[in-house]
Amino acid sequence: MVVDELGGTEADRIFHALADATRRDIIARVIRQEQSVSALARLYPMSLAAVQKHVAVLERAALVTKERHGREQRVRADLTVLRRATRLLDAYEQLWRHRTHSIEQILAEDQEGH
Amino acid sequence: MAVVSTHRDEQALTLTFVAEFAASVDRVWQVWQDPRQLERWWGPPTWPATFDRHEFVVGGQSRYHMTGPEGEKARGWWTITAIDAPHRLEFEDGFSDENGEPVDADDPIRMTVTIEPVESGTRMTTVAAFASTDRMEQLVAMGMAEGMREAMGQIDALLARQEVRKGTES
Repeated sequence: MVVDELGGTEADRIFHALADATRRDIIARVIRQEQSVSALARLYPMSLAAVQKHVAVLERAALVTKERHGREQRVRADLTVLRRATRLLDAYEQLWRHRTHSIEQILAEDQEGH
Repeated sequence: MAVVSTHRDEQALTLTFVAEFAASVDRVWQVWQDPRQLERWWGPPTWPATFDRHEFVVGGQSRYHMTGPEGEKARGWWTITAIDAPHRLEFEDGFSDENGEPVDADDPIRMTVTIEPVESGTRMTTVAAFASTDRMEQLVAMGMAEGMREAMGQIDALLARQEVRKGTES
């Protein structure tokens, strides 16, 4: 069996990517407007290399894409995947809302029966 | 409104779901204990559950199947890992093969249910911990597509803001 060097499924990578505050901030910024890696690096108290690593995590999760423009690397959000990650948790939460509603109905029958 | 709050921890892959019911603690405990009541609410919409086995003791096994809109069956299992009646229940939940035997014993959802009295009745807190997001995806694939609502949360709020901004800029 070939072990995925990125570790886990696409969804695992998405959740891992979104677990970090700096990466969420990077996403928030590139959703608004594409940014160069060096411009992003100026925003955080960390090295360019550290920011590059964060961008790489986001890229592996397909949350952002990186394009070279001359000497600059520009980061842009991939909205399709972002929406999918949110939907996954939404759907599970929705299942529990449905279950809760069904339990309420069962409990309501107690009153009707007496 | 029965749903009091939900909390997602994307790093730990857990979903905490808090609901309150106008019923006693013992009554809410019964909807977990009694398989005939449990199967009326466990399945996702359009996938009603049938519990063929439900041993409500520590180490006890449950076997259930859910029937989809096309008559297809999805089978599942529970192993109960802790019981403190009527306040606390812990179990593992996974998928089974045709014969009802677990196929994902290493990758179950770990469920912790806490039931406690509150002023308005009973509060039920359910924490679902996923070993991986695969299980969530399977649940989503299983007839829950229609349950997907307009997305909430931080990311979608950002996306919405972006769309508004685009609209005003152009």
